[in-house]
Amino acid sequence: MSNSNNGTIVTKGAKEDRFQGHDYYNIDELLEEDHLLARQAVRDWVKQEVSPIIETYAEKAECPTHLFKGLAEIGAFGPSLPAEYGCGGMDEIAYGIIMQELERGDSGIRSMASVQGSLVMYPIYKFGSEEQRRKYLPKLASGELIGCFGLTEPDHGSNPSGMVTNIKDDGDAYILNGAKMWITNSPLADIAVVWAKDESGKIRGLIVEKGMKGFSAPEIHGKWSLRASITGELVFEDVRVPKENLLPNVAGLKGPLSCLSKARYGIAWGVIGAAMDCYDSALRYSQEREQFGKPIGQFQLTQKKLAEMITEITKAQLLAWRLGTLANKGKATPAQISMAKRNNVNMALVIAREARQIHGGMGITNEYPIMRHMMNLETVLTYEGTHDIHLLITGMDVTGLNAFK
Amino acid sequence: MKLLVCVTKTPETTAKIAFTANGTAFDTNGVQYIMNPYDEWYALVRALELKEAQGGSVCLINVGSPSNDTVIRKGLAIGADEAVRINAEPKSSLYVAKQIANYAKSEGFDIVFAGKESIDYNGSEVSAMIAELLDVPFISYASHMELEGNVATVSRDIEGGTEVVEVATPFVISAAKGLAEQRIPNMRGIMMAKRKPLKVVEPIAADDLTEAVGYELPPAKSAVKLIDPENMDELVRLLSEEAKVI
Ligand SMILES: Cc1cc2nc3c(=O)[nH]c(=O)nc-3n(C[C@H](O)[C@H](O)[C@H](O)COP(=O)(O)OP(=O)(O)OC[C@H]3O[C@@H](n4cnc5c(N)ncnc54)[C@H](O)[C@@H]3O)c2cc1C
Repeated sequence: MSNSNNGTIVTKGAKEDRFQGHDYYNIDELLEEDHLLARQAVRDWVKQEVSPIIETYAEKAECPTHLFKGLAEIGAFGPSLPAEYGCGGMDEIAYGIIMQELERGDSGIRSMASVQGSLVMYPIYKFGSEEQRRKYLPKLASGELIGCFGLTEPDHGSNPSGMVTNIKDDGDAYILNGAKMWITNSPLADIAVVWAKDESGKIRGLIVEKGMKGFSAPEIHGKWSLRASITGELVFEDVRVPKENLLPNVAGLKGPLSCLSKARYGIAWGVIGAAMDCYDSALRYSQEREQFGKPIGQFQLTQKKLAEMITEITKAQLLAWRLGTLANKGKATPAQISMAKRNNVNMALVIAREARQIHGGMGITNEYPIMRHMMNLETVLTYEGTHDIHLLITGMDVTGLNAFK
Repeated sequence: MKLLVCVTKTPETTAKIAFTANGTAFDTNGVQYIMNPYDEWYALVRALELKEAQGGSVCLINVGSPSNDTVIRKGLAIGADEAVRINAEPKSSLYVAKQIANYAKSEGFDIVFAGKESIDYNGSEVSAMIAELLDVPFISYASHMELEGNVATVSRDIEGGTEVVEVATPFVISAAKGLAEQRIPNMRGIMMAKRKPLKVVEPIAADDLTEAVGYELPPAKSAVKLIDPENMDELVRLLSEEAKVI
């Protein structure tokens, strides 16, 4: 990992990344040594590999694919899965912290890792056979294979149980038909974990490999958000998927939903990174930028913005830390994860907008990361369950009444 | 090949430096620490490269309190095999060197690595003192090093150029920029580091010959003075009377 940015584009005149973490409530005291080491390592990696190039890739709407290898080397793919499959064997808090530092760099880079780890490696680990684990996990951990996760369909986003993608039994294989939409990494992916209904209407998971006849993954263009992450479709036309590629140990919506719980958990941590980057930049700018003969940070209205930002970041950190402690004991419920995902993403988006104002006109340029974070967070607010859907999950949890029916 | 790498912790590079009210000690309040970059990026990594190429082991050594363990653990995460912490406040260069030399003597190392200086006190003293106490050669400011058998060819940064020297093991070497390239520890390394031995050893009695009696901050940088381009006389006056350069 020593040869930084070799053969890649570096943003012209890229400014030094002066980011510093913020810990207003001494939450570091609640963390273990390996959490702190992981945070420093990923922060260093992001400063070295992501910050110098990210504005250029985001501007060109191009995925820095060379970073897959680096993400693998640092150990960002499936860090909390067991070491025997080439993964990190870390706890859930370490996983959250890694996501935080990656998203501090860019939500798109964090998405590359979230999908690979939580949405591809996790279901293979959790619901796959031992052969499937051994065949795929080490190669996914090392970045030799790139994976994607196909749940959303053109006509079924918030309501995945309505999916129409389906499989039919055909002797030693299943015949897969249908289409998936908004799939992170899909045009690059070597394998796709695809959720489809069997003949009895049960949702099953399959590992579909690139090159299988009738399978294609066209790219979706024109995104103003998550521009450094590649998104595409998955199209299946009578694809013969060998039966050994079915994930044997799960049937029903709980399969994809448990993957989403993992990824949403990572997002609840991740967006703290984006928020902190915006706050950190705004705080520095408010001390350096002078108007009316004094730093703008001396004006009460700027202080209100900054004070509210650090208050909200601190609350989000505590929420994430507590959720992590529960997750380490296997006790974090999906509804608790929904609450943290929703609260923290919204917190980050509000902070990005406030930080944009503090930067004045400079805030809309790629001299500062703010606008990129803000645009990215619009996706994060919607994917992995929209802001409103998570509210309804909390609503259902506290009232016992289902608003989806 | 048995390699010992001296590592110390230093305030993070953006830390605000302040001293206690009476000016006799560094105010550690709110300061974040890192491993001294010359130790981490150059000394440790070159030692690891030698081990990877020729076999052997890399041991870290630090003189300090238990709060240094996170920094030491990072060295283990980057790849060192084991670590020793001499459980004492690092009072002075000589005190530290005596502790490290005592341990190194008892274990017998082929090469002792250190950074060319720590980025806080910038003493560049400890490694030279260790060599003297061990009675082995000392090569400072090494920016390149190759090892053939037990003979090392080392390039040293000197004013305006490079000096190339040969030296046989055992020796002490202090690392400058260029000796190796920074390695970021990965998650597997961090997890493995948890299980690597970090031995705590009590210090030996050692006399100090110096004592720090006070610290001062450098004078604050004065602001830039803008002079009207029409007013050349004023410029000349300031250069002569204030800046005293003409
Ligand atoms: C960049 C990007 C990457 C993505 N990556 C992936 C991926 O890798 N894999 C994958 O499977 N999916 C992925 N998604 C899809 C994402 O999860 C969906 O976009 C999301 O679930 C919302 O679905 P939808 O876009 O169809 O919106 P819809 O479900 O149509 O929602 C539209 C609006 O209606 C609201 N709404 C819907 N139902 C209700 C209700 N019952 N009550 C109240 N309001 C409701 C929603 O909150 C939303 O505001 C990605 C999306 C984006 C943008």
